[in-house]
Amino acid sequence: MDLNTLIQMLDATVRLATPLLLACLAGLFSERAGIFDIGLEGKMLAAAFLSAAIASVTGQVYLGLLAGVGASLLLSAIHGVASITFRGNQLISGVAINFLAAGLTVVIAQSWFRQGGRTPQLSGDGRFETITLPFAETLSGVPVLGPIYAELISGHSILVYVAFLAVPLTWWLLFRTRFGLRLRAVGENPAAVDTAGVSVIGLRFAAVGICGILCGLAGAYLATGLQTSFTKDMTSGRGYIALAALIFAKWRPWYALYACLLFGFLQVIPLRPDLITNTLGLRLNGQLLEALPYILTVVILAGFVGKAIPPRAGGTPYVKER
Amino acid sequence: MDVMPKWAEVTLVPLISLVLAAALSAIVILAIGENPWAALKLMVSGALGSTYGWGYTIYYATNFIFTGLAVSIAFQARMFNIGGEGQALVGGLGVALVLLYLPFPHWSIALIASAAGAALFGAAWAFVPAILQAKRGSHIVITTIMFNFIAASLLNYMLVGPIKAPGQEPATSKFPETTRLPSFQDMFSTADTVLFRGTPANITFFVGILACFVLWLLIWRTRLGYELRAFGHSESAAKYAGISPTKIIVVSMLISGGLAGMMAINNVQGEAERLVLNAVEGAGFIGIAVALMGRSHPVGVFLAALLFGFLYQGGAELALWTGIPRELIVVIQALVILFTGALDNMVRMPLEKVFLSMRRPPKPDRKSTTARTAE
Repeated sequence: MDLNTLIQMLDATVRLATPLLLACLAGLFSERAGIFDIGLEGKMLAAAFLSAAIASVTGQVYLGLLAGVGASLLLSAIHGVASITFRGNQLISGVAINFLAAGLTVVIAQSWFRQGGRTPQLSGDGRFETITLPFAETLSGVPVLGPIYAELISGHSILVYVAFLAVPLTWWLLFRTRFGLRLRAVGENPAAVDTAGVSVIGLRFAAVGICGILCGLAGAYLATGLQTSFTKDMTSGRGYIALAALIFAKWRPWYALYACLLFGFLQVIPLRPDLITNTLGLRLNGQLLEALPYILTVVILAGFVGKAIPPRAGGTPYVKER
Repeated sequence: MDVMPKWAEVTLVPLISLVLAAALSAIVILAIGENPWAALKLMVSGALGSTYGWGYTIYYATNFIFTGLAVSIAFQARMFNIGGEGQALVGGLGVALVLLYLPFPHWSIALIASAAGAALFGAAWAFVPAILQAKRGSHIVITTIMFNFIAASLLNYMLVGPIKAPGQEPATSKFPETTRLPSFQDMFSTADTVLFRGTPANITFFVGILACFVLWLLIWRTRLGYELRAFGHSESAAKYAGISPTKIIVVSMLISGGLAGMMAINNVQGEAERLVLNAVEGAGFIGIAVALMGRSHPVGVFLAALLFGFLYQGGAELALWTGIPRELIVVIQALVILFTGALDNMVRMPLEKVFLSMRRPPKPDRKSTTARTAE
């Protein structure tokens, strides 16, 4: 495997890790505040559909992005109402949201575009263009570092950079601000936060809202950045893999970045079966390659997590003492 | 304190949830430019208006009885098995292997063997997530979902490779004629009138009813069932009482996976009579809605499965005759899960208020005053 192939693969890793990373950070905010969120998948799917639909109707990808985030926020609101206001089961609410998104996107797409549950192909302003960072052309001649800068770091769409910048931002917000301290506290010991006179419900809704925005970005990137249209069930388990990455990262932002890059890389491997044959000297069967990211997710969850301690109040609704 | 009488708890709450889900579904149908009333009439006549419709409704309901029971038994132990889809897929593999490679003189023996094969394969598929949850603390929801994807790949592999029949299609060859299960048409038609003509409803429906009964016995009349429920109510109390969490997690998931797998005798042996790609068609997921709607009780599951059988067959009719896609059933399913599962309190709280206000004030005797002060 030469440098160019390696850079190509890492480049693909970055692109495939982006939706995972955004969803993983989304889950991070929600779960740090004590709200489990299985519905990442559904929120991404809804955002992917509406962003692609609006982008193809208006031809403006940023309007699409806005609509996608809106769709995701709406589902977040449902999750919030169910699990915070009405103290329902958070896992079940998440599952309901996933099915709601899976069903509604196809029903609406079919009646809107009549293309068998997909949206029309996007082009031009309808999708996110790749950004060439300054000096990428001139520096590409420099050995090793040149191609890395020009191919790997430059030449992605804006949402990729947003996702990677969201990591330090999340870290700063959670661990260096008052809001972050309270948010983490509400996931560990909501009674203490309540005693201090801070609204548990308000904080949890804020966390669920941030989660919705990030999922919206992830979904919009899927349909308008990574692909050129919405297709049925296009998230294909990414929301769950993001959750696995979140557990693997033990609910910490920087580790979430590494975990998502790893899971992104696992998704790249099946795309390049020739490389596996060349480097490992064995031919893997197509279906095995297809299942590989899921199998490795289970293996990682089973073996390498060590003791992953979730936020202590996670999954339990807060009831004020009467 | 129970605010609501038991009958209200088990009938009113699910019914109101259902009405809410139906109302929202009607809005969705309106929004895509169709007529909800006409759609409902079409669903009723298509699913319940003839023995043909009933034949399909009962066939689908049979699938959902098994997957609904599977989710229910896991719920009793407070486990959330989202892997019914994958377990049913792998159960289908078990049925196919048994029926293709073993000779059977009569369908009744074939049914017992294929049920065992289906349960064994389904349980095996649930075993790995269960043991990982029990021993390594891997979140069972995520691992069972991953196992759904892995099961789909496994079936793809088997059906284009090792057990594929000659020809273009990714499917096994047809099972031998002797393993054919009696359909409702065979059982209920007389010489003059043919009932259930050409429908897939078959004897598995009665196996499903039997499974409901056996599960009821297991949950409420055996020691294991007691341990399971105790674990579901309070893990720490169960542990203190000497109940092993590992045992309960693994056993409840094995039963759950086995039941989900047994769905395959209906769709693989009963209907298709061979194993095809994507044989489960989402029935594993519908089991979640069925279990929630049925309050994890076998009787409730049976009724909810009939309801979803009706919705599924009605939805198929809609997709056939109107512009409403089949995915509408996924929306309804999601809304039922949302209202009966997650927004349970939204339905329950106003109902409890109603029942509280209807309650006669208690006589001021000693017993009730002490109860008051204790509160």
